[in-house]
Amino acid sequence: MHNKSIAELARGLRSGEFSSVELTQAFLDRIKRHSSLNCYVTVTEDLALQEAKAADDRIAEGDATLLTGIPVAQKDIFCTQGVKTTCGSKMLDNFIAPYNATVVDKFNQAGAVMLGKLNMDEFAMGSSNETSYYGAVRNPWDLNAIPGGSSGGSAAAVAAGLTVCATGTDTGGSIRQPAAHCGITGLKPTYGRVSRYGMIAYASSLDQGGPMAHSAEDAAIMLQVMAGFDERDSTSVDLPVPDYRAGLNNPIEGLKIGLPKEFFGDGLNSDVAAVIESAVNEYRKLGAHIKEVSMPNLKLAIPAYYVIAPAECSANLSRFDGVRYGYRCANPVDLTDLYVRSRGEGFGKEVKRRILMGTYALSAGYYDAYYIKAQKVRRLISEDFKKALSEVDVIMGPVAPSTAFGIGEKIGNPIEMYLSDIYTIAINLAGLPAMSVPAGIVGGKPVGLQIIGNYFAEDRLLNIAHQYQQITDWHQQSPKGFE
Amino acid sequence: MSLTTDDVKKIAHLARLGIDEPDIDSYARDLSGMLDLMTQMSELNTDGVIPMAHPMDQVQRLRPDIVTEQDNREQFQAIAPQVEAGLYLVPKVIE
Repeated sequence: MHNKSIAELARGLRSGEFSSVELTQAFLDRIKRHSSLNCYVTVTEDLALQEAKAADDRIAEGDATLLTGIPVAQKDIFCTQGVKTTCGSKMLDNFIAPYNATVVDKFNQAGAVMLGKLNMDEFAMGSSNETSYYGAVRNPWDLNAIPGGSSGGSAAAVAAGLTVCATGTDTGGSIRQPAAHCGITGLKPTYGRVSRYGMIAYASSLDQGGPMAHSAEDAAIMLQVMAGFDERDSTSVDLPVPDYRAGLNNPIEGLKIGLPKEFFGDGLNSDVAAVIESAVNEYRKLGAHIKEVSMPNLKLAIPAYYVIAPAECSANLSRFDGVRYGYRCANPVDLTDLYVRSRGEGFGKEVKRRILMGTYALSAGYYDAYYIKAQKVRRLISEDFKKALSEVDVIMGPVAPSTAFGIGEKIGNPIEMYLSDIYTIAINLAGLPAMSVPAGIVGGKPVGLQIIGNYFAEDRLLNIAHQYQQITDWHQQSPKGFE
Repeated sequence: MSLTTDDVKKIAHLARLGIDEPDIDSYARDLSGMLDLMTQMSELNTDGVIPMAHPMDQVQRLRPDIVTEQDNREQFQAIAPQVEAGLYLVPKVIE
């Protein structure tokens, strides 16, 4: 049952083939059997079975949505009332959230069953899931490889069949890169499309939640629930939410695809490049036209991001002070000691590195040289995309320069780790929506195709990904041992 | 551009962030590496470019001045490290 689509499972629940309690129990059993992947920080077994029972009642009453009774899991960055919400950090190891994130409320209203909370890089800072206080997550395709990050637990759990689908968040690639490395479908929506209320902040002008699932169709069903205006998020955008499933089967003949030459230069593994070329060829067969486009400022996306994101992080994470919630050091001698030691003992090394970087970039004398400069570069990068997207409908390219690297391989060299986000980071700076779609397997590990669209064109992206998934089966492949 | 261990200590103090003495050298090295990366931005002429703070250049939305949130003090204080009589306790600040 763990490889079925949401639509198939919803049919099975309605026809009485199986109940939500049975379905949920099957997933809980799989989670236990594969606990060595370390996907979950918390499994909410009792709560899940209660929710499944309620979902079965709701289905019997004929009041069900497509997600009613479907097991989902939440990245541990989303606050869940009464359930531990750690954000992958010792700082929040004792934090029982006093309210639900809007995204969590919406899944509850749809009648979805929450299996638990998924492992992640600490405060979503990382590209490998190795910075989590709860340890690295293993990639089900290669147990010695990273699953990607920061939504590594989400991607690995979907790929291994330890949930039907999962939420993720993406600040610089944290949905798309792990989706690519684990062979699943992930969508980072337009900034402002999905509410950030109750989603623990890292870099507020870049953070965006989105769906992670096997297929574009499942992602569409999830996004339908997640998207929409929320007055409790001051950057939420008040636009109507289209029916994301309605357009999935639209033909894509005549689609104009842009390939930025900067996405295919040095640094891109040649086997990954071959996979992307072959995926683009499939689109050609579907009637798409291919055009080269240019992003002259793309190479400055990483420097700009590593000023803006740490600057926002240093401001956001100042709330963790050991006073109102979270970790407090033992026996503080005075208030400064309370702050310094609670933060020093509660945060891991990568989080500290970014707080230090951001504090420096915002400090007197450096603000203009770093922060303002980075915001200007951000606008020029964003204009590169606007120009390209005025010539083509979507932009395609790789998600990551290589397949998943080994656990421990890059953790000692943070800069090298940052550079691996070269193809995803610029999209967050521009605020555009983008997807990662399984497009091949190299050396036993999956490769993702990135599809970048215009603002609020999530329906178009899902349609384009869905059409590819009608003629390929990369998204249906399972890692060995998890079939 | 490179940062010294003293620079790192000064920045850590600004952030009220405890860092372990043996780690200071590696922070200095990593932050210097990041700053080197950032100097690439100086190659790009950005004169007259308006800094971009929000992807859609959205401005702060206003709302009517009415009460929307209820008092959740007990719930919030239930997860606090130390409270007494409805107050958050910290070490004494004023002698």
